[in-house]
Amino acid sequence: MPPLTLRRKLAILSDAAKYDASCASSGTEKRNSAGKGGIGSTEGSGICHSYAPDGRCISLLKILLTNFCVYDCIYCVNRSSSNVQRARFSVEEVVGLTLDFYKRNYIEGLFLSSGIIRSPDYTMEELVRVARSLREDHQFAGYIHLKVIPNAAPELLAEAGRWADRLSTNIEMPTDIALETLAPEKRPSEIRTAMARVRGKLDEAAPEAKTKTRTAKPKWAPAGQSTQMIIGADGANDGAILNRAAGLYSGYKLRRVYYSAFSPIPDASSRLPLRPPPLMREHRLYQADWLIRFYGFDVPEIVAGGEDGLLDLAIDPKLAWALKHRERFPVDVNRADRDMLLRVPGLGTRSVDRIIATRRHHSLRLDDVARIAGSIDKVRPFIEALDWTPGGLTDHQRLRAKLTPAPEQLALF
Amino acid sequence: MIAVRLQSLNDFDEWRGKARQLLAAGLSPENVAWRIPGEANGLFEGGDAMLPEAAGPIGSVPRQFIELAQTAINHADPARFDLLYRVLWRLQEVPQLLLNAADKDNSTLTLMASAVRRDSHKMKAFVRFKAITDDTGFERFAAWFEPEHYSLELTAPFFARRFDGMVWAIVTPYRSVYWDTQTLVFAEGGRRTDVPEVDAVEEDWRTYFSSIFNPARLKISAMKSEMPVKYWRNLPEAELIAPLVRGARQAEQQMIERAASQPPSRHVKQTEKYAQAAEAQSEITSLADARAAVQGCRRCPLYEHATQAVFGEGPEHAQVMFVGEQPGDQEDLAGQPFIGPAGKVLDAAVEKVGIDRSRVYVTNAVKHFKFEPRGKRRIHNKPDAGEIQACKFWLNLEIGFVKPKVIVALGATAAHSLLGRTATISKLRGAPITMEDGTVLFVTNHPSYLLRIPDPERKALEREKFEQDLVLVRDAIAALEACH
Ligand code: SF4
Repeated sequence: MPPLTLRRKLAILSDAAKYDASCASSGTEKRNSAGKGGIGSTEGSGICHSYAPDGRCISLLKILLTNFCVYDCIYCVNRSSSNVQRARFSVEEVVGLTLDFYKRNYIEGLFLSSGIIRSPDYTMEELVRVARSLREDHQFAGYIHLKVIPNAAPELLAEAGRWADRLSTNIEMPTDIALETLAPEKRPSEIRTAMARVRGKLDEAAPEAKTKTRTAKPKWAPAGQSTQMIIGADGANDGAILNRAAGLYSGYKLRRVYYSAFSPIPDASSRLPLRPPPLMREHRLYQADWLIRFYGFDVPEIVAGGEDGLLDLAIDPKLAWALKHRERFPVDVNRADRDMLLRVPGLGTRSVDRIIATRRHHSLRLDDVARIAGSIDKVRPFIEALDWTPGGLTDHQRLRAKLTPAPEQLALF
Repeated sequence: MIAVRLQSLNDFDEWRGKARQLLAAGLSPENVAWRIPGEANGLFEGGDAMLPEAAGPIGSVPRQFIELAQTAINHADPARFDLLYRVLWRLQEVPQLLLNAADKDNSTLTLMASAVRRDSHKMKAFVRFKAITDDTGFERFAAWFEPEHYSLELTAPFFARRFDGMVWAIVTPYRSVYWDTQTLVFAEGGRRTDVPEVDAVEEDWRTYFSSIFNPARLKISAMKSEMPVKYWRNLPEAELIAPLVRGARQAEQQMIERAASQPPSRHVKQTEKYAQAAEAQSEITSLADARAAVQGCRRCPLYEHATQAVFGEGPEHAQVMFVGEQPGDQEDLAGQPFIGPAGKVLDAAVEKVGIDRSRVYVTNAVKHFKFEPRGKRRIHNKPDAGEIQACKFWLNLEIGFVKPKVIVALGATAAHSLLGRTATISKLRGAPITMEDGTVLFVTNHPSYLLRIPDPERKALEREKFEQDLVLVRDAIAALEACH
């Protein structure tokens, strides 16, 4: 067989990477190449350089070093029993592609993952070599995200964090049982141990809050760590998923848990649900996750907004919660505390902050709230303002129906 | 009515100079019209010549206004100068104006500024450089971009910071900017044809774009809202969007229909290797076996959220074994028992009473950390009787392999585990209990109990009692050694 062209490899190894959702380029330190002659910068919040027709942002060159793999995880295209075409990049090829794309402003950096070949250490070492070469040989200051290979030596992990902005180890499944059934070679405790090690290094690198003499510690994975969980390949309900996430957030200080609706893969095992991915469920889980992290909700509250451990797919989780707790509404926008304002459907953290800032100067009317919130329909039944009280609206039987958006028509193209 | 002519479309300093003069002359916004280059004056409008000489000082404005105005002045709306002047005028009367998010002028200005910021952000994202390589192989880069507002000046420094070592230019219809690795130089606008049409890497980029797209997740409106169609004509990948969308349903169907085929022979060989390896390690005949096997324990539900099982540590044939409750947060992360604050208390006490720490084996009654997640922390939870009972299996193995002469139960959970029933420390401490197999059991508090006492006096008292218990342990070990 003739050797594959670089372009063909790129096609195979980016196709193989497209199921991983944990791809963003935000939340790292600020740095740039100014005055250094290299290329690359990160400004804290990432930039999406393009969007695929799946609506997902393309900010990084997301590829696998190789899609050969000794493991046989049923849900994965690259599992050893699958007959997809295999390819492998050299370290230099990945470095070259990253720089070429970056210089044309196509990307914000690199997200490199890999099938496991030979041994975890060997595979991790290869990933580390790419990152090291970008940083040391090419003064590349862009974003780098490396996948952690569970069970790789702690020294390799330590080095990976020196070069990478973010490290991630995928938990993959909401329960250990599902993981072991679908990924027979993976040990959940090894995955969690890898996360624990990353957390340990992150804690070490964190500046100590109390000490005045801020001796600059060497930077280590400034964008922290993340993980991905596949949704809908097993039978776990949303409660189990969110509980799992809560355990991971609290244990390993993750920046993000990415939820990835299981999508059919070519050459898939018959043990998998081969149907379109549950995108709405994925969306609701992200919303729930958000409410838990930034709005002071806890997992049981969110789950109670739906039925039988599943989130309501028709409406967002905050609205679902509010409709089940109408006794806590209406909330007076001119008096209520921040925590309660955050629980009003349709008000985000920014709107709440602006409401609080504005009401120091004058009392808010419904119009004012509308201007601040951008839209008032969802908010109106749950608030009181200077010139507005919802009367019976809050308790109206058909409120749910009124606030449920009509099913979206698929756009013709 | 006076018409003020500006030389530039978006020069804040120029506008500020003129606005100051108007303000100083007390000209209210209704009496001022702003004109940009090329725009004709209306009838009955006086020209620049009528601009009054600046007279006297004018009031100060909040810094927030300067920042807002510097951004909003790049907006394409011809009404921007007017609005800016009106806000400036009103700020003289109401210095708090910008804090009132409900004010119409204020919110329009804010919206304008965010539209400009968004446009600038899109420029950062959607500029596509094309390489021009000369005979020596040196690469220069150029891009054609059509911003919606006048946002090049605002955005160029970003490109300078990012592409420091590159020579590049960005050409827009109203202005161009060049970077020679040292300075940014602005010049007049240009045309699309000033920039090369294609780039050698573009085809790779398109390959990437189409391969990274998952046809099973089609979400066209999400794409369009983030990547508005108006930017598409200068994105090399955009031409792929329509065909990818059209083929998506079919591609998805194909993925679903392409069911599993016969696995390749490489896979079959690998599977056999794993099966053999798994079989080889299923029996537990040593402490090391037990240590490995406990990682796969499913005897109770605690394994699911803890990081790992934390097995005991110490010499294989220690004389004395300390049994605690369960690993805590730190122990769970590190995989080692007694490395947190409670471990420090224990170590100090052991050393103080003169027990040789290097001959001690420490472990826990329950091997997995039980906790309640709360934000970014995990709150310790007590193991229940079922968990203690389930985990006794591992403790028994440890006792069986280590064969300690003396066991010390630290706290109620450990005592419960070792005695098989709920136990009260205060009743059991102070006297040895001889177990069925002849080992001597002492019961005392868990060192973390000492850490939780707020009152210093009581704390000292309890610490003393704890050390007294350890003295008994020390003496028991000595006595046992003397027998030999
Ligand atoms: S706590 Fe003990 S019994 Fe429960 S899973 Fe862990 S090792 Fe097994």
